[in-house]
Amino acid sequence: MTESNQNAEVNRTSSNAFGKVMGSRILWPLVSLVVVLVFNAIFIPSFFTIEVRDGAFYGSLIDVVNRGSIGIILALGMTLVIATGGVDLSVGSVMAISGAVAALILTETDLGMWGLLPSVLLVALLAGLMNGVLVAYLQIQPIIATLILMVSGRGIAKFITGEKIITIGDESHNYYFDFIGKGHLFGLPFTVTLFAVLFLLTCLLVRATSLGLFIESVGANETASRASGIADRRIKIAVYIFAAFCAVIAGLIDCSNINAADTMNAGVFTELDAIFAVVVGGTSLTGGRFSLTGSLIGAILLQTLMTTLYTYGVPSDVAPVPKSLVIIAVCLLQSPVFRSKARRLVGRGATA
Amino acid sequence: MSGNESNANQGSGNTRGSLLPKKWIPLLVTAVVFVLLFASASMRFEGFASMYVVADLFSENAFLGITAIGMTFVILSGGIDLSVGSVIGFTSILVASLITDYGMSPWIVWAIALTLGTTLGAAMGTLIHVYRLPAFLVTLGGLFFARGMAFHVKPEAVQIDHPVYDRLGDVAIPIGGGAELGIPPLIFLSLFVIALVVAHYTRFGRNVYAIGGDEESAVLMGLPVGKTKILVYTVNGFLSALAGITMTLYMDSGNPINATALELDAIAVVVIGGTLLTGGVGYVAGTLLGLLIYATIYQVTFFASLRSSLATIAIGMLLLGFIVLQKVVHRD
Repeated sequence: MTESNQNAEVNRTSSNAFGKVMGSRILWPLVSLVVVLVFNAIFIPSFFTIEVRDGAFYGSLIDVVNRGSIGIILALGMTLVIATGGVDLSVGSVMAISGAVAALILTETDLGMWGLLPSVLLVALLAGLMNGVLVAYLQIQPIIATLILMVSGRGIAKFITGEKIITIGDESHNYYFDFIGKGHLFGLPFTVTLFAVLFLLTCLLVRATSLGLFIESVGANETASRASGIADRRIKIAVYIFAAFCAVIAGLIDCSNINAADTMNAGVFTELDAIFAVVVGGTSLTGGRFSLTGSLIGAILLQTLMTTLYTYGVPSDVAPVPKSLVIIAVCLLQSPVFRSKARRLVGRGATA
Repeated sequence: MSGNESNANQGSGNTRGSLLPKKWIPLLVTAVVFVLLFASASMRFEGFASMYVVADLFSENAFLGITAIGMTFVILSGGIDLSVGSVIGFTSILVASLITDYGMSPWIVWAIALTLGTTLGAAMGTLIHVYRLPAFLVTLGGLFFARGMAFHVKPEAVQIDHPVYDRLGDVAIPIGGGAELGIPPLIFLSLFVIALVVAHYTRFGRNVYAIGGDEESAVLMGLPVGKTKILVYTVNGFLSALAGITMTLYMDSGNPINATALELDAIAVVVIGGTLLTGGVGYVAGTLLGLLIYATIYQVTFFASLRSSLATIAIGMLLLGFIVLQKVVHRD
């Protein structure tokens, strides 16, 4: 251990500027993204073709940001939760509930968006409160606390839709709801505007105020934060509510996209995608420092990888295999034990 | 051994526990919940209190029980394994496909499946212990990997029609009342007895409890922490593969989507059975009770012709109740 510390010390003094670039948490995801894109540029030339039809852009790259929007939005909420040292496994189930509620309101009532938006926001508030209270006040490990909602949430969603797929037919068609998942704004899918606005607002919220600092402080050392007057419990509850808020937005996108509430499949495994995007983006699962930009890049990287695989004809059901290998590889690269072992190997090679 | 433990409990200044050790409370509550649930269901529904229903409780959930036994050890050691459902699904389609599409002997296929499951478990255990990666993240990777491989083997369900399966399907041991137990519940029950012995009467079992209780102390005591942790995940990989094979015996088919999200049910069964999620405290016997509660809830929704989503919600609420109970009981 001391040996690797000394090594790090030497590295730091010998090349400060170089070390700063190498140490940047968004460097590796960015490099991986560039590698995948360059690979695509060489082997799949059509990947970068963008067509203009009816004033809107179409192409693989547009596809990446459009399909990736759900992952990106979930990753924003997940970043803040993970920064406090927690994790939220329930986002996929909350997505399903959100879609179920939206479909029910559109098909069974005439309230339209005026009934839909407050209802899903209420869903987010309740889901986030439940997770947050369990974690902050009952001190239950976040994995377990959010597991409860992950299990029962899908049951709740199925119960709402009566265990069948609710299709939003022509008679209950709503222009605004349709626009969320399928509309175009500024020539790009509306989902792009949606995640961009959410991303900027979140950045503004946590970086222009001291909120981000508080979140990092709670994740780094809860006791010290409380001692210095930070309301750690309220911060925790707030981030879980924010994650649930992101989840219901993602749920609306998903539901609007397929024009139905499919509670069996909506949001399945998305919590894992979001966690991976955050980890790949350089935010440590132990909490503390976080990078929203890193998570954004992480989510886009994952989606680019998926789209590339689909282009190669890998069935979407099999795609998790390479995905899981990439994820484990990235985690290994970030593991201090693996790094010090690799460094020792490289060092031995250099001296010999 | 259990005498020693309760002595230690009293020694740590727990005067309240002299009558009833604190760590038994969740187990006792589980037992009471099961008895109440079964008794009230028997009164409410005609024909519920029969050996048929009892046999059903075991037969329908044998594969869940098998993987829950492995999960008990993982959770006792302070870890978690989210890959079990996918490994079961992968094993079921692999076994079905190799037997039906390639005409291989079931015995060889089972050996292959068990080897693969064990290897995956060992690989995950190694990543978790040697590189200090979070268990839930590594096993999440395992979940993706195994589910993807399942679809790679074959994207749709495969029927199994083989003399060995026919012969094993005919095996049935009468348990009275006209009901019979087939091979799957028998595998589960024999594994349950083995697990009881391993947990409470072997060095490995004691090491698992010690690591889950306090890993640093276990290291300082010179216990083989690394070996035990890796072994726990390896055993769970083996048991998940066995659960997948059991599933093919029960259903006479394999399907890549089998056992989706079963890991959550397995964790729920273990926790409802009174095992502490932070590790170190719990009983294999509790897992059996947890499984019976889980199975009874589904039987009740079946008898009352309620929606099965209500059972999911009920199990979630029960999980919440038991986790809060654990917090209250073990608050120091």
